[in-house]
Amino acid sequence: MVIKTEPFVVNIGPAHPSTHGVFRMKATLDGEVIVDMEPVFGYLHRGIEKLAEERTYTGVIPLTDRLDYLASMSNNLAYCLAVEKLGGIPVPERAEYLRVIMAELQRIASHLIAVGAFLNDCGAFMTPILYMLREREKILDLFEMASGQRLTYNYMRVGGVSQDVPEEFVPALGKFVKVMPRWIDEYDQLLKENEILLARAKGVGILPKELAINISASGPVLRASGVKWDIRKADPYSVYERFEFDIPTGSVGDCYDRYRVRIEEMRQSVCILKQALEQLPQGEVRSDVPHLIRPPVGEAYGHIEAPRGELGFYLVSDNSIAPYRFHVRAPSLINLTALREMMVGWKVADAIIIFGSIDINMAEVDR
Amino acid sequence: MEVGEVYSRRELDEAEGEQIETLKAHSQQPIPDPDEWLEEEIKRNILLTSVDAMLNWARRSSLWSVVCFPACCAFEFITTAASRFDISRFGMEIVRASPRQADLMITAGTLTWKMAPQVKRIYDQMAEPKWVIAMGACAISGGIFASSYSVVPGYNRIIPVDVYVPGCPPRPEALLYGIRMLQQKIAKISLIKEGK
Amino acid sequence: MTAALSGNEIATRLQKQFPGSIVESGPNSLLVKSESLLEIATFLKTTPGLDFDYLAAITAVDYYDYFEVIYQLTSLQHNHSLVVKTRCYERENPSLPSVVTLWRGADFQEREIYDLMGISFDGHPNLKRIVLWEGFEGHPLRKDYLRW
Repeated sequence: MVIKTEPFVVNIGPAHPSTHGVFRMKATLDGEVIVDMEPVFGYLHRGIEKLAEERTYTGVIPLTDRLDYLASMSNNLAYCLAVEKLGGIPVPERAEYLRVIMAELQRIASHLIAVGAFLNDCGAFMTPILYMLREREKILDLFEMASGQRLTYNYMRVGGVSQDVPEEFVPALGKFVKVMPRWIDEYDQLLKENEILLARAKGVGILPKELAINISASGPVLRASGVKWDIRKADPYSVYERFEFDIPTGSVGDCYDRYRVRIEEMRQSVCILKQALEQLPQGEVRSDVPHLIRPPVGEAYGHIEAPRGELGFYLVSDNSIAPYRFHVRAPSLINLTALREMMVGWKVADAIIIFGSIDINMAEVDR
Repeated sequence: MEVGEVYSRRELDEAEGEQIETLKAHSQQPIPDPDEWLEEEIKRNILLTSVDAMLNWARRSSLWSVVCFPACCAFEFITTAASRFDISRFGMEIVRASPRQADLMITAGTLTWKMAPQVKRIYDQMAEPKWVIAMGACAISGGIFASSYSVVPGYNRIIPVDVYVPGCPPRPEALLYGIRMLQQKIAKISLIKEGK
Repeated sequence: MTAALSGNEIATRLQKQFPGSIVESGPNSLLVKSESLLEIATFLKTTPGLDFDYLAAITAVDYYDYFEVIYQLTSLQHNHSLVVKTRCYERENPSLPSVVTLWRGADFQEREIYDLMGISFDGHPNLKRIVLWEGFEGHPLRKDYLRW
């Protein structure tokens, strides 16, 4: 007997526990295999680009915190770099080192959540993410010492950072840097050769190298596909030239490669933190900038290597106290371009893993 | 039937857009907080029966939340549920996606008009009794984004809210205090009053 | 360091290939006519020595008389970058050619510019609103959008 079947459209999201925020996929399913998929977002579009045109240059910094809320320090850093490029404002040495320390700590914290959430999607229900959150609490304690906040720090300022770190910070950071490699090794040992992870993630959701370059992917997604491109090495900003570190790359571009790239990046971040802690000079932490900054007429594009990819800010100034145009080059939005190609042909359960391995943050996609 | 012909590409989007515009037109005033019964009770000094006391104890000691995690406050909720600020000691570690099994909605994040019909649908699907905690500045009044063109100024435009927890994002201790306030509120509900 | 190529030297090469397409060239950027955008982009992508295979960002700015769209191009092999700009002088229904066929990374970014600024891109396979909903009136990021 021949059964007549037809494909039908199912909504995955927007309120779904595994879509990492409010993301909706209109999936056309044939049984359980995905034959077509259209992503829909905009459920968290708050109009940050328009709101920034009404605030002063320093007043935009809390708005940038809320863009990619898991990597607030990186957002602040990219914005301050763009304004300093626009206005030609210098930054003192100690502030540069503090910025690098905060950015690398933030990278570790963000990758911990990325790996934990990815393993949550793979089926290891809560164990890895609870372990990773325990390490993240140590990093959040350090951030709370420096800035007073746990999630949206508002720490960096144009021309430096807002305040110096208290005396307990440097010994606490030294202790963290000594202990952290052992924890990363422990997670890696439990997960690297895990049969279930290999079966679920190896060979799934492959992003080939040419497609990755064509869609302007960046960050761990690009590096896992085999392209050795990291803005900290290719176009160094702040004081990154003074540190020695490697850039981990993958070979195939599947979910397992992206997971391995993030684990290795955490190790490299700890290495950078050790070097920065040794070289940290004394001095002031903010150069003399006026309270209301008025950059000269012009435009600037400042970009950094954020945990999710290349985060860039494009600023246009017309010599007034507020930016004329504030545009965010959001890495998560652009990394999603090839989601359809990566998902077609796989089952629904694999689709959730593929989506989780790209590691996006909806507040950045929608702005 | 060809793949892609099931719905034309724009039909679903236009239907969604209409739904959003009608909800927006209906939500121009905030819904009043469901607190009128508290005033009368203070006047009358009600004594709860033992049935009430037991029912309220059962309800408040194991509140199960529904997934409603738009934005940044979601991560403070997740760290509250993690091992350092354990929410499981209040019986609340169950955060399941199905609204039919939940009785508490902790709204953690900014609400936009595009997301509003979905949140209202989740709230309508929850079974009575149900409570709402508005977590964070964006949930109370729109927060830092209140003047934006696409942000709903507070969840109480579309659903009634019981407890407001301020902060941006509120610390886990603040959220636990808000949950404690909700538990004290639930402890005062009387069965006689509830037959409405 | 990524070498930011100066607009002037590229302009001389482009003038030979596509005469009359360059409006203005400065030390930081290159301003081209909107009609010749696609052929210039193809030339920049396929010429060995230039090889701009990575489109970093597209931005649109609303100056009251015209819209300006800025393309940040990078070459991963040679590690140099270039800024290409183009202008659109209409206010009611501005339109530009789309570069999606060359760099697929332009897909969502052009849809967002259509949604928030109102500039439509010819040749885009799926041009509809992306962050706002169908039925929203107006284009919010324009300077004359009134909220109340």
